[in-house]
Amino acid sequence: MATMTWETRAKLILSLRYTLLILISAIFIFPIVFMVVSSLKPDLQLLRDSGSLRAFLPIGDISLNNYAFAFERVPVVQFAFNSVFTTVVAVLASILLNSMAAFSFAFLRWRGKKLMLTLIIATFIVPFEVIAIPLLLVVNNLPWLGADGLEIGWLNSYHVQIIPFIADSLGIFLFYQYFRDLPDELVEAARIDGASLWQIYARIVMPIAGPILATVAILKFLLMWNAYIWPLMTVRTEELRPIMVGLQYFFQRYTYWGEIMAYLTLVTIPVLIFYLALQRAFIESIATSGIKG
Amino acid sequence: MTTAAEARQKSPLWVRWLLPADAPLYQRYEAIVGWLMAFPALLVLTIFLVIPFLMAFVMSFTNQRLVSPNPTEWVGMRNFERLLTVRIFTLEPERDESGAVVWDDDGGIAYPRLRTFTRKNPEYPELNGLREFVSWQSGENRTVILAADVVFLRALINTLLFAGVIAPLQGGLALLLALLLNQALPFINVFRAIYFAPVVVSMVVVSLLWRFIYDGENGLLNTMLGIATLGSFQPVDWLGNPYTAMPAMIAMSAWQAVGFHMVIWLSGLQTIPNSLYEAAGLDGAGAWQKFRYVTWPGLRNTAVLVLIVISIQAMGLFVQVDVMTRGGPLDATQSVVYQAVQRGYDKQDIAEGSAISVVLFVVVLVITIVNRYLTRDRE
Repeated sequence: MATMTWETRAKLILSLRYTLLILISAIFIFPIVFMVVSSLKPDLQLLRDSGSLRAFLPIGDISLNNYAFAFERVPVVQFAFNSVFTTVVAVLASILLNSMAAFSFAFLRWRGKKLMLTLIIATFIVPFEVIAIPLLLVVNNLPWLGADGLEIGWLNSYHVQIIPFIADSLGIFLFYQYFRDLPDELVEAARIDGASLWQIYARIVMPIAGPILATVAILKFLLMWNAYIWPLMTVRTEELRPIMVGLQYFFQRYTYWGEIMAYLTLVTIPVLIFYLALQRAFIESIATSGIKG
Repeated sequence: MTTAAEARQKSPLWVRWLLPADAPLYQRYEAIVGWLMAFPALLVLTIFLVIPFLMAFVMSFTNQRLVSPNPTEWVGMRNFERLLTVRIFTLEPERDESGAVVWDDDGGIAYPRLRTFTRKNPEYPELNGLREFVSWQSGENRTVILAADVVFLRALINTLLFAGVIAPLQGGLALLLALLLNQALPFINVFRAIYFAPVVVSMVVVSLLWRFIYDGENGLLNTMLGIATLGSFQPVDWLGNPYTAMPAMIAMSAWQAVGFHMVIWLSGLQTIPNSLYEAAGLDGAGAWQKFRYVTWPGLRNTAVLVLIVISIQAMGLFVQVDVMTRGGPLDATQSVVYQAVQRGYDKQDIAEGSAISVVLFVVVLVITIVNRYLTRDRE
């Protein structure tokens, strides 16, 4: 070591660092590679291969049969549609409701505003798991005016999966913080020009809220797409079941590992592609939620 | 004809408070628009967050069920007593007439049967209905911890243990990853993206995938350990063994979420000015000393934040249990939220589910207050 120049030592440390980074990557990537590769193999081969490193290689009897079988066994397409539908509606509605409330908090003067804002921030400490059980009682007694007239009870519907989540205090707070840091002149100038408050919201403030809009949308997307505990308790029929509950339901009925891996791959790969495409936005959004929440 | 002022006098007090009469017209207009814009979100939060939250407290003092023909009644603290009653009881050995200890056939000390104390014994009314949670020998006597609800007690201890272990473990690993990544090197963003990737994968997917990895017969983990030890490793049924099930669940949960906290550490690291490291370098500080005297003091608030976020998330432990073990084996992976759902949803006993939710909230509140106290102390 003593004869080593400063430069070779630095190179050695650097290559050690990269070796470590690559080895750690393997821990995160291998389970996912294993999932995708296994989804292409028949069960017998899958079980045999998992006894060796062949588990990570797409070799042997490779086909998309597992995907075809999984589609036949349970209505995967229906589950996927349900998740896409509830996710899209909740994301759009939460952007609208949260940003409107935040606009009001940030720019408009009205009595009781400070108190409301304090209460909203106070709700951060209530995890969903704490309210889930009483919420079940609430939605079971709420009225709904549907195609069949007035009904009591929201259980087993799309709206029970969507409406409780179309506003959230973190979303309001994130928009509020972003709006508060915008220059006051922006809004004041528009007011002097005679723009209505709604116009200021829709034409001036929202168009420049892109970054925070992406954050709120990504957080809501992950929450809705991965929803499990709530739909598990409120949705009973296959036609309304979202994809994650459908996955567990599939697993409880069949233990064909190849098909389970196909199903897992199917629900994960779109999210991973979405994530890789918008990687920076995803990471920043989730970090923001951790720091603020 | 009534004037505007008279109409105001007739309007309810809350309207007069919200829209003061002396305010100019445009201000009253602004107040109305302000309320209208905030109203939809506030309404949703009230119905689906504030009301259920308050109801959790109210319901926990009743016998409310999801659907019941009988009217709901107040039951006082009964739900909490049923959940949380714990007593320590000392069993004294059986003695013969001369006062000597009686020995049983196996050579152990003979004790009176526990159920003679816990089944309607008029001398021990406080033990009625309790069951043995754990017991151990202490001298001649046997100390028994009795609980009214052994499954819930197990769930509470498991969840606290889960949170207590995963917070430092996951937080520490996340810090190591963040330190490895906190340098402007080529491809560093690729590694960051890889480490973070499991965070966006659903916990349901992760749990099912790891069920296969942890499998006792064909599991990937046993295979890997077998290869690493050249075949001398004895396969373990990780989720089927009460001693390994919880550690396996902790390891998997840390794998899934470590990237999240790595990113929080990274943003904390970026707030430490480079000049501090340069100054430390001039003073001859090595890598460890730089970490000890520059990095760590600069990360204190981040550290508290990371530990709090992980432990609060950990208290909500549910998906892993529901998908992987259903609380087993031998209640080794029971969790508070799993029990809340079992009772509140499966048995439709809203009252008991609410009481469990209140216990959960109190724990989360205590964690948050400790957090506030620690961060205030240092500022």
